[in-house]
Amino acid sequence: METLHFRFDAGSRPLPGAPQLVGVVSSGNLEVLIEPAALNGGCEIEVRTAANGFGATWEAVMRDFHGRWQLMDTRICINDMGATPAVVSLRLDQAVESVTGGPP
Amino acid sequence: MSSYLELSARQRIPHLFDAGSFEEFLPPGARVVSPHLAQLDAPVSFDDGVVVGRGLLDGQVVFGAAQEGGFMGGAVGEVHGAKLVGMLGRAVIENAHAVLLLLESGGVRLHEANAGLIAVSEVMRAILDVRAAGIPVIVAVGGANGCFGGMGIAARCANTVIMSEEGRLAMSGPEVIETANGVEEFDSKDRALVWRTTGGKHRYLVGDCQLLVADDTDAFRAAAIAAMKDARGKGAALTLEDLQAEQGMLERRIRDFGDAPDPLEVWRRLGVPEPAAVPMLKADAFLAMAAQYRAGPGTGEN
Repeated sequence: METLHFRFDAGSRPLPGAPQLVGVVSSGNLEVLIEPAALNGGCEIEVRTAANGFGATWEAVMRDFHGRWQLMDTRICINDMGATPAVVSLRLDQAVESVTGGPP
Repeated sequence: MSSYLELSARQRIPHLFDAGSFEEFLPPGARVVSPHLAQLDAPVSFDDGVVVGRGLLDGQVVFGAAQEGGFMGGAVGEVHGAKLVGMLGRAVIENAHAVLLLLESGGVRLHEANAGLIAVSEVMRAILDVRAAGIPVIVAVGGANGCFGGMGIAARCANTVIMSEEGRLAMSGPEVIETANGVEEFDSKDRALVWRTTGGKHRYLVGDCQLLVADDTDAFRAAAIAAMKDARGKGAALTLEDLQAEQGMLERRIRDFGDAPDPLEVWRRLGVPEPAAVPMLKADAFLAMAAQYRAGPGTGEN
């Protein structure tokens, strides 16, 4: 297992709703817990992944995600069992949409 | 119409309970995760693979749970089991109208060893406590992972088991039987054999499940409501007469089918006219056919 931390500060959109969980911790899949949190405007993401050594890939996927949504004061926690980057991106979008009710 | 099989545990809840009524206990944000998996450096889940809480079913206060088959096969660890036991205990304290368990589990989570074993036995006892309080327990089995091991036993502690054809219910799973007794005894790769041995239709015909429905969330919900009303009417507590009737059914099963090599032969001996056609029947046609042949605790003094 490997734990990765990311923080993005340039966000502009607070999360409007209650915490949500999407996805399942199964092979090639992941769960994403997303919740509003007072983080001085930041968006913090914690990833616990079963696949070691993919920190650079995770960072690229997270940077893309933040570029799409520009979230602020949001905490995201991920339990991952080897999901591919595309699956991670889709789950992250699903997590935000489950709170906001739609695409950006 | 929506497939029950295809949904996650968390997605099944709003289809089964009245819309928007379910309040989860220890939601994922509480992060009550397995301490054992972390020690083994294995992935955890924020709900430890089970959703528990309280909602409305047909307007009545019903407690419930849904096991997530995708996370470690729905296996029961210490936290997972404690969540089930706590929910069941609170159902008694709050005098729930019923409890609805959406089970999908391979049984004990072996990673957690004795803690998992104890958890499953506590779940069984808690189910019987709920029934002793006069509260019906309804179980639904329709997920891809089936309901096996200790949770298979737990399911049969309930008043009513609702299954789809795709659902499976048994003690030892196919791979376990093959490993222990050899491929000649049971070929776990033979999917048709696996389903006709453990699947919903066989369980319905031999009397281990009381309601069989199509793989459809609306059908599961309607069956759960019907089962709840039926059990409230009859009385939910497990009686000595119930146990003796069940024992009689099991004795007749061993006597009549103990030497049958395959469920097809069991169905033939039950009187089913075309056993080979059973797996192909849709739920409605199957139920119409099965009504006069199925075994049950109440049937046959023969």
